[in-house]
Amino acid sequence: MWDYSDKVKDYFFNPKNAGLLADANAVGEVGAIACGDALKLMLKVDPESDVITEARFQTFGCGSAIASSSALTEIVIGKTLDEALALTNQDIADFLGGLPPEKMHCSVMGYEALQAAVAHYRGETWEDDHEEGALVCKCFGVDEGMIERAVRANKLTTPEQVTFYTKAGGGCLTCFESIEEVLARVNADMAEQGVIAAGAAYRVGSIDPRSLKGKPRGAGPATKPAAAAPVSVPLSALAPRQSPLAGLVPPPASPAPLTAVQRIKLIDRAIEELRPFLQQDGGDCELVDVDGNTISVRLSGACVGCQMASVTISGVQQRLMEKLGLPLRVVPVK
Amino acid sequence: MKPVYFDNNATTKVDARVLEAMLPFFTEQFGNASSLHAFGAEVGAAVRGARRELQALLGAEHDHEIIFTSGGTESDNAAILSALESSPRRREVITSAVEHPAVLSLCAWLEKNRGIKVHVIPVDAKGRLDMDAYEAALSERVAIASIMWANNETGTLFPVARLAEMAKAHGILFHTDAVQAVGKVPMDLKSTAIDMLSLSGHKLHAPKGIGALYVRRGTRFRPQIKGGQQERGRRAGTENTPGIVALGAAARLAGEHMADENGRVRDLRDRLEKGLLQRIPSCFVTGDVENRLPNTANVAFEFVEGEGILLLLNRAGIAASSGSACTSGSLEPSHVLRAMSIPYTAAHGAIRFSLSRDSTSAEVEHVIEVMPGIIEKLRALSPFWDGSGGEARFNPVYA
Ligand SMILES: Cc1ncc(COP(=O)(O)O)c(C=O)c1O
Repeated sequence: MWDYSDKVKDYFFNPKNAGLLADANAVGEVGAIACGDALKLMLKVDPESDVITEARFQTFGCGSAIASSSALTEIVIGKTLDEALALTNQDIADFLGGLPPEKMHCSVMGYEALQAAVAHYRGETWEDDHEEGALVCKCFGVDEGMIERAVRANKLTTPEQVTFYTKAGGGCLTCFESIEEVLARVNADMAEQGVIAAGAAYRVGSIDPRSLKGKPRGAGPATKPAAAAPVSVPLSALAPRQSPLAGLVPPPASPAPLTAVQRIKLIDRAIEELRPFLQQDGGDCELVDVDGNTISVRLSGACVGCQMASVTISGVQQRLMEKLGLPLRVVPVK
Repeated sequence: MKPVYFDNNATTKVDARVLEAMLPFFTEQFGNASSLHAFGAEVGAAVRGARRELQALLGAEHDHEIIFTSGGTESDNAAILSALESSPRRREVITSAVEHPAVLSLCAWLEKNRGIKVHVIPVDAKGRLDMDAYEAALSERVAIASIMWANNETGTLFPVARLAEMAKAHGILFHTDAVQAVGKVPMDLKSTAIDMLSLSGHKLHAPKGIGALYVRRGTRFRPQIKGGQQERGRRAGTENTPGIVALGAAARLAGEHMADENGRVRDLRDRLEKGLLQRIPSCFVTGDVENRLPNTANVAFEFVEGEGILLLLNRAGIAASSGSACTSGSLEPSHVLRAMSIPYTAAHGAIRFSLSRDSTSAEVEHVIEVMPGIIEKLRALSPFWDGSGGEARFNPVYA
């Protein structure tokens, strides 16, 4: 089992301030049961002084999530809202005598709930209140803002750390490139400000996501074998074929126009590159048809029916558009 | 109360009689079974004896159908790789969505690196195999079907005898990972069409690192570990004689305890489940309750997370396991629970209790006593629990 500090264990076994706070005037709710953890933070703020006089929590999640939530309530009681807003997730982790790296997301969840609660109190919209489309990781509901905050607050410089702190990328990994982009952009900015050394800043493409998936995460087995793919289709079905679509395909904007065959080959190759990541998570994706700018793919395995389906499709679409430099639409077929 | 060990599907305690049987093979009887002198001869006889014990437990026709290996994982790998190698024109494999990683990881690797097409047969919400999908996948292109006998997480049994017959009709080799079934399910392999079967010592009160692969006589077989002529050239490497002797002794004891396992242990398991279901609202048994191992209970408790349950159980001196995300080091529930489409509200709170012949009714009563308080404590903390069995309102700013 995890190597939890005595304080984490203590706050898990004997959590302080657990339960509902009936007359809370600042409430922040983050997470979801599907993601494996969720936190409802309830604060009572004195309108005169802006001081948090009471704090309670309800948490669904692992031992460290419960301990982090309880620790958070202990930390914020007696603080003014501005003092509370200045806290970082690291303060929660430090309070607990540290958390296993893979469990840092529990402290980030506390931080996010606190921000949400204060925003609620002040009648602001917490910037996480967004449309589904703004999510980077759809498996775990993580948006760009959350990743950026975690990267800045904790000086993260690798995608793996981003997963440990936010869970983003901990599912199907199709958002890996988006995580890389956010991380690289924020790191570059941090390097400019002198917060991190220029050499430490992450650069897109410097890590092969495959190396991530193969590595054990934490104490448990990291094996995530392929799962249900009722009737799969052989790899050979994806092999480049003579296109019946020649002529239908509008010429690409790039200086060297692709032939229809080249185009299908490119599409095919891009999908092939994506498949191993999907398979590692128990899913798969297969090219079914190309019709003009509409590419039909079939998803199978774990990707079907889960939140991953949409992220897989958008991941495939993004990858294909990059490869071909063309606007494309990827649609799933049954 | 002594600690309660209800995690026997993870591993079992070595039986005292097994330990006693193996110890001399570290000391006086240290010889190499292949040597011609007296030191070797005695050891060779002991290895033969162990092979016969396994033959008897499995109901195999011949003792030489047993190949000793380092465990379940090696046996699974050997079976599948051998089948592909011995029928090079067949480039497809059939397996199920709920296999152990020993099979699934290998299949994923074969698909990625060897261009092997893998048919992964799904299961329904009770963990039962989709027989239509299995039937549909059978063809002359398939080298081997590898379907487990009993699932390690839920205990669900697959109808392997029938699956083997179906495979045979297409000339497909049939392998079963019976690591969890051997010693708990009576077997008579000679009357089935099963070609290969994997078993592992540490699941039946023998040590870790010893196992066996049953290969029916006449089955095409290609050794995966090449070297000396041990195990009739099918598995090179000087025999792990203490382990083999231990496995033989464990097999004999398993045979003797088969009735106990399917009588007293089953009753204990049923008592445990009934007690938990009666006392705790909003929980249910996962898997195929009509067809499963006698020792395994997998109970999903809604609106709570498994790691918290295990930590509190551990504090109460009870060892169990969970398919939840937190405990596995991954961020998602186990592939078995996901393949069964167990709702997320429950999958994170699924706990496996696996008993053994060492389990007692006092232990079962202790768990029944302790568990309601644990679940209540965690549910009181959960924002999803409305206190009466329903799902509370929870409006996250993101989901
Ligand atoms: C169903 C199943 N197959 C294979 C194995 C692997 O066996 P071993 O640990 O002997 O390699 C296990 C146990 O871990 C198992 O439960």
